[in-house]
Amino acid sequence: MSVLRIPTPLRAYTSGQAEINVSGTNIAEVLSDLTTQYPAITPHLFNESGGLRPFVNLFVGEHNIKDLQGVDTPIQGGEKIILIPSIAGG
Amino acid sequence: MGPELNHEEILRYSRHLLIPEVGLEGQRKLKNSSALIVGTGGLGSPVSLYLAAAGVGRIGLVDYDVVDSSNLQRQIIHGTSTIGKLKVESAKAKLLDLNPDIQVEVYNEPYTSDNALRIAKDYDIILDGTDNFPTRYLTNDVAVFLGKPNVYASIFRFDGQVSVFHAKEGPCYRCLFPEPPPPGLVPSCAEGGVLGILPGTIGTLQATEALKVLLGIGDPLIGRLLLYNALDMSFDFVQLKKNPKCRVCGPNADIKELIDYEEFCGVPGHDHGDEGSAGAGWDITALELAERVKINHLKLLDVREPHELEISALPDAVNIPLGQLASRLSELDTADDMVVFCKGGTRSARALELLTSAGFKKIKNLKGGINAWAKEVDPKLPVY
Repeated sequence: MSVLRIPTPLRAYTSGQAEINVSGTNIAEVLSDLTTQYPAITPHLFNESGGLRPFVNLFVGEHNIKDLQGVDTPIQGGEKIILIPSIAGG
Repeated sequence: MGPELNHEEILRYSRHLLIPEVGLEGQRKLKNSSALIVGTGGLGSPVSLYLAAAGVGRIGLVDYDVVDSSNLQRQIIHGTSTIGKLKVESAKAKLLDLNPDIQVEVYNEPYTSDNALRIAKDYDIILDGTDNFPTRYLTNDVAVFLGKPNVYASIFRFDGQVSVFHAKEGPCYRCLFPEPPPPGLVPSCAEGGVLGILPGTIGTLQATEALKVLLGIGDPLIGRLLLYNALDMSFDFVQLKKNPKCRVCGPNADIKELIDYEEFCGVPGHDHGDEGSAGAGWDITALELAERVKINHLKLLDVREPHELEISALPDAVNIPLGQLASRLSELDTADDMVVFCKGGTRSARALELLTSAGFKKIKNLKGGINAWAKEVDPKLPVY
């Protein structure tokens, strides 16, 4: 089990939850667990063909999964996974 | 090192001169330095105040907006006495009152592909305090092309981000965000709100980074992104790497000049209070709606969040927040004549797209939202 941190803009789709316990052996499985628990978040993370949207940034600990193995990045359990939103307010 | 300090300046900056990392040399460096602040709003307020107070010799302010009372919950450089005045002039007066020894240059114009390089080229650093995606991508690309650091901060509701994007030494904004989110997916502060203190916290961090870069001290946030959440009171840091496929700073960059950023992002380069339109033929004005409801029955669909109904509401309107609309379509009838509304017309325009694609045809968008209704039809309702 790992903890996935949800940014404020997306908490509307996770019943207001800031941190969600997710399970899976890699990022793809973790995201699948997330969208099973909270289906409403799906279109905000994935495009119509099921790929991760380019502006979605996921970090395992301090590292961007794009610098690791993408959605195949392995998860041992216990990691902190952070979803980083595009926000533009000033 | 920069010009000498006179006795008055030595007294003014004495608390800086006492810090060995700044000292007389650093303070002279600041006096000789310049910073361009794009946006004189929530972030631009603390940023410009602190950089002026710190003695940054030349400060440029870009903004074309005027001060509105809804700004004052967070834009502390402005005041009730400057409502209706140009933001850059309101800010300039405050900065020169705080520190008359500095120069403040104002650009009362939108920051666009036509003027951005000309404005930014004479400044040492650029601070991104804008409120929309097109201007953020523009600010980044200008900084990359001019080889200047882009001290970045961004806010929404309780979340803040800070980094220093400096393509010569690390990643740029596009390395992290190659593409903007699709229009409408991420609400603006005018639509979604922002905690008034948040730009204070984040803008102060942004100003700190700018000062460190100008002084050449410490460990600036190059290659790191700070993530702040005020509700959780959490500070997280993540590492950012240069993206080898980056289209502006990568080895095979194909964007060599400024582009049309509004087209790239699909949204306008400003965040003007949630005033949206569904386009020709789909809008109904508040006055037209007031006439229509006298003649025949219309179903009113309010797509705002439930807590907004406590501020203002229309009787008999059905409330389904935009985020729930797709999963609650069964509560609506395609046979009904329906008018959709929100605060200002942006969310309802999005709701209209969703409804038309689901087969609803007899629908209209209330242009200007319930705020337009309050202004034009029922002044008993507040505008927010």
